Amino acid sequence: MTVQELPGAAAYRPTPPPAWRPRTDPAPLLPDPEPYRVLGTGAELDRALMLKLYAELVRGRRFNAQATALTKQGRLAVYPSSTGQEACEVAAALALEERDWLFPSYRDTLAAVARGLDPVEALTLLRGDWHTGYDPRRHRIAPLCTPLATQLPHAVGLAHAARLKGDDVVALALVGDGGTSEGDFHEALNFAAVWRAPVVFLVQNNGFAISVPLAKQTAAPSLAHKAVGYGMPGRLVDGNDAPAVHQVLGEAVARARRGGGPTLIEAVTYRMEAHTNADDATRYRGSAEVDAWRDHDPIRLLEDELTARGLLDEDGIRAAAEAAETMAAALREQMNAEPSLTPMDLFAEVYAEQSGQLREQAAQLRAELEAEAR
Amino acid sequence: MTTATDNTTARRADKKPATMAQALQRAMRDAMAEDPTVHVLGEDVGTLGGVFRVTDGLAKEFGEDRCTDTPLAEAGILGTAVGMAMYGLRPVVEMQFDAFAYPAFEQLISHVSKMRNRTRGAMAMPIVVRVPYGGGIGGVEHHSDSSEAYYMATPGLKVVTPATVEDAYGLLREAIACDDPVVFLEPKRLYWSKSDWSPEAPAPVEPIGKAVVRRAGRSATLITYGPSVPVCLEAAEAAREEGWDLEVVDLRSLVPFDDETVCASVRRTGRAVVVHESSGFGGPGGEIAARVTERCFHHLEAPVLRVAGFDIPYPPPMLEKHHLPGVDRVLDAVARLQWEAGH
Ligand SMILES: Cc1ncc(C[n+]2csc(CCOP(=O)(O)OP(=O)(O)O)c2C)c(N)n1
Repeated sequence: MTVQELPGAAAYRPTPPPAWRPRTDPAPLLPDPEPYRVLGTGAELDRALMLKLYAELVRGRRFNAQATALTKQGRLAVYPSSTGQEACEVAAALALEERDWLFPSYRDTLAAVARGLDPVEALTLLRGDWHTGYDPRRHRIAPLCTPLATQLPHAVGLAHAARLKGDDVVALALVGDGGTSEGDFHEALNFAAVWRAPVVFLVQNNGFAISVPLAKQTAAPSLAHKAVGYGMPGRLVDGNDAPAVHQVLGEAVARARRGGGPTLIEAVTYRMEAHTNADDATRYRGSAEVDAWRDHDPIRLLEDELTARGLLDEDGIRAAAEAAETMAAALREQMNAEPSLTPMDLFAEVYAEQSGQLREQAAQLRAELEAEAR
Repeated sequence: MTTATDNTTARRADKKPATMAQALQRAMRDAMAEDPTVHVLGEDVGTLGGVFRVTDGLAKEFGEDRCTDTPLAEAGILGTAVGMAMYGLRPVVEMQFDAFAYPAFEQLISHVSKMRNRTRGAMAMPIVVRVPYGGGIGGVEHHSDSSEAYYMATPGLKVVTPATVEDAYGLLREAIACDDPVVFLEPKRLYWSKSDWSPEAPAPVEPIGKAVVRRAGRSATLITYGPSVPVCLEAAEAAREEGWDLEVVDLRSLVPFDDETVCASVRRTGRAVVVHESSGFGGPGGEIAARVTERCFHHLEAPVLRVAGFDIPYPPPMLEKHHLPGVDRVLDAVARLQWEAGH
């Protein structure tokens, strides 16, 4: 029996509390029921932008394939491929100005590379020679973040600090569908909305958190719907439609820059490969589902439309493929070189000044290394 | 023109009773006035001035952007502080009570403590996490934990705790100026302890990482910190009647640990008791006793003893007096150091 069914409950009519009213009309915050699309709608396309998106998608796919191959050769400890999600990765990088910041999760190597980061520096973490292989300040890319959703409050804090300083800097934070269940996701969105921080949250909903499908992750109508409760707009976008993702992200970034506050974007996409090279995806999903998504491939979709519109021809396709191949060959070569390791660095950057304890331990390691060398 | 002597006289005249809470507030105020990148944030730190009034007046003086009432979310507070530090600010974060800092542990351990190391020094985390800690104020459940062992076990953090009004000011100033993250443990029951102090000319104190001898003695060393310092000083006074001349070392900084001062003292006295109120098993005392034993074995006349809180969840307020190590428990331990043998 529910409370309403209790005898006599129907007669109970509480008077509304004084002066209570919902603070905003949620309607403008609600996402559209269908993911936003550009491809196939006849919308106008900017040729230069489309060719740039296309080249980056092709390069990104090749990067994923090369990195996965490097795991098989033992050159990378692990690689979480973003094949199938390239449109989200590329749009994320291209939606930002140079002064903006990107807060990637462990799967977002591609976004970092598309933002201009050296591929070898981006892969240091996964190769295992150090955690963050790059200076986050140089490219304004926070370290690739492994504990899920913990980078989201960082993005909010940075955006907040930038705004306090009077800089029109925007932070873009990436998270997976599984990551939206973490407490840090909630706290970050709440802080961002209350502070009206210039942040954009992009959820790449690729269907699975390792093996767990979205239905077991949330009962919300969509992940974009979660925005409403915080008082920020939620947008749903087809994550395999590169121009659509780029446009929606661009609008959210512009809105944040204008002082309009944060946006939550859910990009609906699919992870074509396993979670990482170490995962067996056949245990939790059938090939029919994967095949169905193959027909909605982000590169194919863009290539077909650009070709149909006469914006891209055989030469253009070949040129993009060749550029990607050159990148892959260079990456292979660089990754096949042994990384230079300096064990004494273990103690170098724990504190600004080395403590007595660490000096003692460093001396111990130095002695061990010298003994080994003899 | 005044001579140095005149100055000293003038300073002395300025001194008036101040509480530890006031000294902490003054430290934040002075740091904020000197450095516009210092920001205070936390729950109720603005209009209210914090539940212990340690941030009293800061929002009024520096505005809500510098002293900010955040949403009620500890991971969010510390997580956004990480981003603020990435952009060049120096956040001073208040956790309302020891046991409410736990939701922020993930941020503290995975990011705050490791960021410098992960980024090979490119990105420091000059964050101070202020945590009112410990018991003795009659707080109900979840208001009296001593969590220092968790913090100490996390490389990359400094862990500091003042026991005097002077140190409260001096250590907090240093913590805010420090380029590494500092967990600043404020002994709750000493918030209202007073001392004659001059806010205009605070006496300089030893830097973070240095222990100090609060009371010189020859028969044994009491190694302690934070809320247990006054307990040990009282025990040392009481022990005098029994002919024991106890030295009291106030660690002040748990990380980095001052082996030098501690071991110099133990080598002089030959005996040591570690005193703290957090649980003994897996607690700071075990680490300290081991370090002292490793370094001073040949000087020791007796095993290093520990006087700690029991290995129980912090008890309800009406029973806490049975849990907290008091003067008698310290004296009992001192008695167990086999006095007959050497003295
Ligand atoms: C806090 C935390 N818990 C667990 C993990 C282990 N883990 C790594 S990836 C992953 C699934 C993440 O799924 P999702 O957020 O959807 O991102 P995706 O892998 O699909 O990109 C899990 C459980 C982790 N990295 N961090």
